[in-house]
Parts: sequence; structure tokens; C-alpha cells
Amino acid sequence: MLERITRFFASSPGIIIAGALIGIGGVALQQLGNPPNMGICAACFQRDIAGALGLHRASAVQYIRPEIIGFVLGALLAALLFREFRPRGGSAPLVRFVLGAFAMIGALAFLGCPWRAMFRLAGGDFNALTGIAGLALGIAGGVFFLARGYSLGRAQRMPASGGLVMPLAMVGLLLLLVLRPRFGDGGPIFFSEKGPGSMHAPLLVSIGVGLLVGFLAQRTRFCTMGAIRDVFLMRDTHLLRGVLALLAAAFVANLVLGKTDFGFSGQPISHTSHLWNFLGMALAGLAFALGGGCPGRQLFLSGEGDGDAGVFVLGMVTGAAFSHNFALAGNAGAVVDGAHRAGGLAAPGQVAVVLGLVACVLVGACMREK
Amino acid sequence: MANQVDARGLSCPQPVILAKQAIGAGTFPVEILVDTVTSRENVRRLAERLGLGVRIEERGDCFALTLMKAE
Repeated sequence: MLERITRFFASSPGIIIAGALIGIGGVALQQLGNPPNMGICAACFQRDIAGALGLHRASAVQYIRPEIIGFVLGALLAALLFREFRPRGGSAPLVRFVLGAFAMIGALAFLGCPWRAMFRLAGGDFNALTGIAGLALGIAGGVFFLARGYSLGRAQRMPASGGLVMPLAMVGLLLLLVLRPRFGDGGPIFFSEKGPGSMHAPLLVSIGVGLLVGFLAQRTRFCTMGAIRDVFLMRDTHLLRGVLALLAAAFVANLVLGKTDFGFSGQPISHTSHLWNFLGMALAGLAFALGGGCPGRQLFLSGEGDGDAGVFVLGMVTGAAFSHNFALAGNAGAVVDGAHRAGGLAAPGQVAVVLGLVACVLVGACMREK
Repeated sequence: MANQVDARGLSCPQPVILAKQAIGAGTFPVEILVDTVTSRENVRRLAERLGLGVRIEERGDCFALTLMKAE
């Protein structure tokens, strides 16, 4: 029975249904309070968690996002149920940490991970197209290195407790979210009173959708980076079908709800600096390809016991903190005193994206299995 | 067995790349060792797409996939 379900989820209809459900779930979260075109964004949501913990002090983006907790715990449940929980780790953790940090810096230059790029496009934000083009280029770079023997080396098996670190950390975050303790004057925990961090669906809905997505994604290996990588590497469109199903379902859901608004300027939490949208996502794509998964996939893997994916996640959280502390993140366009201000990426962010590209190319060129 | 690929501990997509290289070498059967269900399914899908026969055997902690030229 379990084997038959496994085969279904590994099939084309399986990944298409999962992708469509994720698309609908994301739009439902937007409708119920999550920020516009940000029903699900693994990068933004980890950035919000970094802010809630006080790792950065950008007051508009601080919230312990229950979706992330749900992703990890949903994947853990699926892995336990189908006996795929395999605690493992030890494959170049520090390199993965750095890749995670630069992936986040790149994604926040664009203002979203590949997941949000899909939700932005589904809402009519054409800037997502430049971002996705950059993402594809970055992944193509990763494929170039993979085809030439790039490897972070083998992971080793660990005791069960080693694989439970990330799930337990998520339980800790859930407790902080629910109990909202104050350890001293001014926090932590920090929750935004205005801005995207203050916009969220009800806790139970968020965690419910998160658990469902985590479960489905663990079963189907849903991955927004793998979708593009497998096309370049093997002409395999299996994962791509899931991502396209997400995009199509989210688009239809937005149409039904009247939430589409087509164009480049005036899009929610978005800027029109095409070059930096492109390069930011190129950096993210390269780092995800070298790290073996998109930000969502890294969370799901960390739920099924992959400690190396867990290190990548911690790298992303740290990258988010640097991104906001050092003013590296993209500035969203906004209406100020009735006039539209374009937004974009300031000089420090531009330098960080270029440095990140150099660092990731070096990783790609230098890391090979002996 | 001469034509064996040990892809245990390697993460996606390396087992598939190694399998592809081994298939390209043209000596069958090829045995691929992997240790996650994800890698097992990925290698299986690759082999099926290339029209090869696949036999999967569970060996303790890992899976052995034997790829053969379909007659």
C-alpha cells in the first residue's frame, strides 16, 4: 500500500496535483492575510523569522512564519510514515552554509525566492520574468559545474537524534510564536506592527497549509530549482510539471478572486531594477543548484533528517540577517506623497550580489570529489 | 561486479549523473548503489526513459539498481 502511494507521488499526475495544491494553498494564504503575491516564500519567511528572533532589526519584516515550521514538520511526518527518515550529514557543511547565505542575499535582492517568483508571476508581476530568467541562468551555471564533476562529497549516516535537530528547532519556534515570551525590554521576540511582517493568515491556517505542503513536497520531491536543473541536465521535465502546475493553479485562483494586476511598476513588494532582479536571482539559482535544492526543498530535506540541508537553512537565515543589517536587500517600489518611487537595489546590495556570484563560481570550480 | 557505481551518500542529482556516465560507457549490466528513495526513483526514471530494464533490490541500508539492456 505504502509502496503504491510512493509510486503515485513519484508519477507525473502526482507531482502535478501536488504543485496545483501548493499554488491554491499559497493564494488562499494571501487571501487570508499573507502579504500580496507572497502566499508562500521560503526566503522571505525565513527572513521574517530571522527578524522575529532579533537577528536583524528591519521592523517591517519580523514574524515567526508558521508555514516554515509546517514545511519541516510536514516533511518529517511524511518521512516517518513512509520510512524515509534518514538522519545524515557531514557533506561540506561550511560550504553549504555559505551557499545558503549567498542564496538568500541574491533572493532578497530580487525580493523573493523561486516560489515567490511563481506567485508574483501568477499575480501579474512581470518583474518575476526577469527574476526567473536570472534563476535559469544561475541554475545553468550550476549544471555546468555538476557536469564537470562538482561534488560536495558524501554524507554519513547519523543516529536518529542527529536528524531531529531541525524539527526540534521548529517546535521551539512554534512555542516562541504561541507563548510570545518577553525576556527583557524591547524583546525578543519581535513582531512587525506594520509592513509585510504584520500581514499574516491565521496561525492554524498557516501551519495547516505548511504541514500539507511539507507532506506533499517530501513525497513528490517538489523543487523549484530541480525543475529547471533537470531540464538542462537530462531533458527531464518531471519536476517542471509540478512547478508549472503551481503557477497555473495560482494564476487561475488569482483570476477567480480578481487579484491579478498585470505590469512592471506598482507591483506589491517588488522593484523594477531589471538588471538586479536578474543578477540577484542568478546568484540564488547558482547557489541553490550547488547546494542541491531550492529553499523549500532544503527545508523539506532538513525535515527528513538531512543535516546538511539544515546547515544550508541556517546559512539562509544568517544571510537574511546580514542582508537587512547591511542594507543589501532590494527596496520595494512605493507610493510616497502621491508619487511613485521606483525602488531597486542600493550599492551595498549590488556589491554583495557580485561578490556572491564570484564566491559561488569559486565553489563550483573548486569543489570536487576526490 | 566490474561495472558498479557506488552513489551512496551523494545527494541529488549526482547519483543520476554517475548512472548516466556508466550507461554511456555501454557495458551492461550496470549496478548502481544508492541510499535514499529519492535517488532510487530518480535513477529508475532515468533508466526507464532510456528504455533500459531495471531490477531493484534492497540491501540493508541501501538499494542496488541493476540496469540492463531491454531485449
